[in-house]
Amino acid sequence: MKEVLLKVRGLKKYFPVLSGLFRRQVGSVKAVDGIDFTIHSGEVLGMVGESGCGKSTAGRAAIRLIEPTAGHVTFLGQDLLTLSKQQMKEMRKKVQIVFQDPYASLNPRKTVRESIGEALLYHGLVSNKQEQTERVAEILHQIGLQPDVMNRYPHQFSGGQQQRICIGRAIALNPRLIVCDEAVSALDVSVQAQILNLLAELKEKLGLSYLFISHDLSIVRHICDRVVVLYLGKVMESASAEELFSNPKHPYTQALLSAVPKSHPHEKKTRIMLKGEIPSALNPPSGCPFRTRCPYAQPICAETPPVKIVTDKKTGGQDHTYHCILD
Amino acid sequence: MHLGKTLALVGESGCGKTMTALSIMRILPTPPALHPEGEVLYRGQNLLALSEKEMRRIRGGRIAMIFQDPVSALNPVYTIGSQLVEVAELHLGLYGDEAVNRAVKALKEVGIASPESRLYDYPHQMSGGMKQRVMIAMALMCEPDILIADEPTTALDVTIQAQVLDLMRELQKRKGMAVLLITHDMGVVAEMADDVIVMYAAQAVERGTVTEIFDHMSHPYTRGLFKSRPDPKKPQGELQAIKGTVPSITHYPHGCRFHPRCPFIMDKCRHGEVPDFTLEPGSKHQAKCWLYDGSLESSEKLCAE
Repeated sequence: MKEVLLKVRGLKKYFPVLSGLFRRQVGSVKAVDGIDFTIHSGEVLGMVGESGCGKSTAGRAAIRLIEPTAGHVTFLGQDLLTLSKQQMKEMRKKVQIVFQDPYASLNPRKTVRESIGEALLYHGLVSNKQEQTERVAEILHQIGLQPDVMNRYPHQFSGGQQQRICIGRAIALNPRLIVCDEAVSALDVSVQAQILNLLAELKEKLGLSYLFISHDLSIVRHICDRVVVLYLGKVMESASAEELFSNPKHPYTQALLSAVPKSHPHEKKTRIMLKGEIPSALNPPSGCPFRTRCPYAQPICAETPPVKIVTDKKTGGQDHTYHCILD
Repeated sequence: MHLGKTLALVGESGCGKTMTALSIMRILPTPPALHPEGEVLYRGQNLLALSEKEMRRIRGGRIAMIFQDPVSALNPVYTIGSQLVEVAELHLGLYGDEAVNRAVKALKEVGIASPESRLYDYPHQMSGGMKQRVMIAMALMCEPDILIADEPTTALDVTIQAQVLDLMRELQKRKGMAVLLITHDMGVVAEMADDVIVMYAAQAVERGTVTEIFDHMSHPYTRGLFKSRPDPKKPQGELQAIKGTVPSITHYPHGCRFHPRCPFIMDKCRHGEVPDFTLEPGSKHQAKCWLYDGSLESSEKLCAE
């Protein structure tokens, strides 16, 4: 069995809703409501779902970029949520994040050398400017840029190159895990493919693991080993990528997969049309959150749905689980 | 474009898809934009030669447009109802209750539940999919001949995208209008289009029916676009990305604009305009590429692939 890198159990993140003169709390947005997932070393875990389902919040809370409301997070055997500030600083070296909009996440007044090299100096990985320059040149080479771009500013690069720089900044500290929060969604198709290839290459070379947050199912299928499907802050289904796409069990996963546009005009596709829209996370339905749109909903769905385990036909593994009353 | 048919305009950001649509509608401010050259013939009438007053009758009435971002396309300080009623007043000459009834009917057509009460909602009270439905309702109120849809589903989630595409297809069938669909998503093209034009760096590089494009894609750029998407049949493995980046709009390369990124580059690609070559005699499938000029060098390149 591979080494467990990140283990998340019962993670919750509620945002308070304040109202009135004294800013009393009148409710809470349950952005993430008790989710479990595990990332093994060298694995790419995909997290998919529609906008507002809590993918990004889950990713950020799991690495303590925002403080979770409840739950347990263990990273390399250490409980992340009880670490002191000093210990957390050490931890940050091992977990990095890449965001959706590369231009917004680079400081426009800092050169590439400063952006990539700042963390190197801060964490003491290099001791002087000379070493910093050498290490930055090495990183630029790894991300497919020429070392002579080091003194340029972010606006002098195209979107794809900016995202390369963000990835370079993330790998600078030799992390174990990188959270990619919609890292390729803002890019054009042809550039997207370049960045996906770069991510795959870096993973092999540096032994990285990714938490790949995305709404694009074909990309998730391409890059991920395992996939977790979220809906309104809860896990609906979790399985290996191959198993999930070939044998989806939860009605929401089935609907999501059927909504993907066909790949050829003559392809016949039966589509499960979902009625309506995602309910508000302020007041989510009881029990199964999907029951208000589910074509198979029954009265019993108002209670917490049971967890069911499917045996993977190919590998015989027991890691395909889903939360639904249906068999 | 023909009534009842959908023409898709495909390409990456910055290739001029939206500018094409805005020039047809003549809603680009001049200056900074120059008056568009060429001809836009609508039922035999050249739209570019019309006066602004004549254009106003056609714009929004005969040719309607929906935009990518419904949030910025709707006015946040007016209710949905007053914005719909305004269209009825301006283009259909309806007033009072008649205009309101027309607005209710339009909302009903796009599948919005309890349209009478929805009229009093402001845009921020609706979700993204709902707002896009309102935009479609507004565009279709005057029963236009042509609907220009600029990335209508890009801002929406897949399940909502499926709903909106379904709605557009159904309305097109019922009203028999022509649709100009601008998108970067080949999946949406496969779902909706009858004919396709692929654009690169402000030029149309390939055109044909949707089957011709998907089964016999010819221009190296079109091929690259298809290859850089993950293949659902073989999901693993390296993607064949197009190397390099889209050229800047102020410095297009000489010759074929795709030649610096093209895997089939030949000497003649570097200079001069590339003509459109027809691929099958008698068909409308054309590619702007020297590979199809029938010369020995090109045939060898094609065979070697």
